[in-house]
Amino acid sequence: MTVTGMAAGGGEILTTGGTGAGRGVGADRRLRRLAWHVTCLLLLAGLLYPMAWLLASSVKPANEILSSLSLLPRTVILDNYAEVFSGASGVSVWRFLANSLVVSVGSVIGNVVSCALAAYAFSWLRFRLRGPLFAFMIATIMLPIHVLLVPQYTVFQQLDLVDTFWPLILPKLLATDAFFVFLMVQFMRGLPRELGDAARIDGCGPVRVFAHIVLPLSRPALVTTAIFTFIWSWNDFLSQLIYLNTPDNYTLPLALRLFIDQTSQTSYGAMMAMSVLTLLPIGLFFFAFQRLLVEGVATTGMNG
Amino acid sequence: MVQRTQPPVTVDRSAPQPPRSSGDGSPGLRRHPGRNRYGERTGVAYLFLSPWVLGALLLTVGPMLASLYLSFTDYDLLTTPRWVGLENYRRLFADDPRFLAAIWVTVRYVLLSTPLKLVAALAVAMLLNRASRAQGVYRSAFYAPSLLGASVAVALVWRVIFDNGGVVDRALSAVGIHTGGWVSSPRYALLVLVALGVWQFGAPMVIFLAGLKQIPRELYDASAMDGAGWWRTFRSVTLPMLSPVILFNLVLETIHAFQAFTGAFVVSSGRGGPSDSTLFYTLYLYQKGFTEYRMGYASAMAWILVLVIAAVTALLFRTARLWVFYAGEDPR
Repeated sequence: MTVTGMAAGGGEILTTGGTGAGRGVGADRRLRRLAWHVTCLLLLAGLLYPMAWLLASSVKPANEILSSLSLLPRTVILDNYAEVFSGASGVSVWRFLANSLVVSVGSVIGNVVSCALAAYAFSWLRFRLRGPLFAFMIATIMLPIHVLLVPQYTVFQQLDLVDTFWPLILPKLLATDAFFVFLMVQFMRGLPRELGDAARIDGCGPVRVFAHIVLPLSRPALVTTAIFTFIWSWNDFLSQLIYLNTPDNYTLPLALRLFIDQTSQTSYGAMMAMSVLTLLPIGLFFFAFQRLLVEGVATTGMNG
Repeated sequence: MVQRTQPPVTVDRSAPQPPRSSGDGSPGLRRHPGRNRYGERTGVAYLFLSPWVLGALLLTVGPMLASLYLSFTDYDLLTTPRWVGLENYRRLFADDPRFLAAIWVTVRYVLLSTPLKLVAALAVAMLLNRASRAQGVYRSAFYAPSLLGASVAVALVWRVIFDNGGVVDRALSAVGIHTGGWVSSPRYALLVLVALGVWQFGAPMVIFLAGLKQIPRELYDASAMDGAGWWRTFRSVTLPMLSPVILFNLVLETIHAFQAFTGAFVVSSGRGGPSDSTLFYTLYLYQKGFTEYRMGYASAMAWILVLVIAAVTALLFRTARLWVFYAGEDPR
């Protein structure tokens, strides 16, 4: 592992206590680097232990789960997964999975499209109310959803849309996740203005500038929005709990909750297996896009 | 209040500026109505904005006003709302011990989890702030719990780990501490949720790390030259230079903590027990609104929450004058 010597010196002040003695001595520095790796790895082991425990528990017999600290199961069984795939409350787990997918994919499409449109208007177009509307948009980022919950519920109830996926997807189609509008505004404002000017001289209107210049160049912001929207709506619990009432419409988090309340300790195994399945897509997204996700947090202050 | 909470790491803090000189001002120019000074039709902008405008009116402004109105009524979804004036608010504070319990539980949760989370985030960010190829990998790994933590599945793991005879109970018993199951103990149940919250310190950690990287190296060089030790450097360079980022994380995490819901719901099966020890504010609001269908009462609770969050945010910004350090105009 190569470390640029200069920068490592600066880091040491912050990290390993900066004893100041012996800097630049090769062996000493290597030792310190080793200590750093060991510290990081030990902390990570502790931090990620619950997830490893979950994974191990999902292949353990029920009586081993609760009490065993060990990550290595004495016997590996797949019965837990078999039990999960036999369904809950007479509904197949595939149904829950499909429902979760519909909600999440619908939310992603809604958010990406509507937020990109709004962000383009805020960042590239000039119109009279831009200042006040932008301020209002920023203000809604911090608004607790609870103040909207009751009236939104009554509206959707009057429209006879409770227990459908619409109350979960429709708000995304209308760009109510102001945070992502903000994220895209920040990104689009950084795009080279000259491209737009050139296109305008060539006779392109705002619509074509959007479609041919701004949208293609905004891909990183669109992808970040898509991934975060997917994960957040996949994890979302409160609004799904409120709007989805029949097991046929349950998403994975709701099905899991159904499991919790129905099971005794004897079927902990199936519960663990189902938890693993619920977390699996997030894990996969994380491994595929971790760089983009972390950069997204670092540059926007996004906070899951 | 909210405009100022824009991320410290990104560059701008103002509303978006027109690309070149401001299009509005120039007095000598007469504009065609409906067009800006470049002759573009501004109507197009509203076309692009229309989904957002529709959402803002129908799903934000409208519901906000509606819930304000409902908070002064008795409403059960079936009959028309009946105006009761301030009765909901009076009853909340005078006749509802569970509401007061919920406030107390939530305040304790915010006061415990937010500082712990930020301290953990800062400590790990400082640990990771070092030139190494492995930094990116470690950073991602520490961040992972922030993505997973909101899930019902993780809350469920917590519930089992902290259960009677569960992993934590066994581990503590092995070293002679007998606490029993934390989940079923009114004394410890809240700590299970604090642990769940603190576990997700990755997001503020990533933000801290980005902030640390922006502190000019010269300051550390100068500090070393003056013979300052680690603690002194931390107090006199790192903390003040990082204070805008600390404020940002503090505001965000505090607002976040006030609204915690899923963990408490899963760990207590939606009841907030044992003995209301995990009855988070949002959980009680959910119970009133969506299991008892007392929508007016729940609306009043929601508005109190909004006001409390606004007040706390304003307070944090007010104290910020005392401890947030902006080097000249620009912290960078």
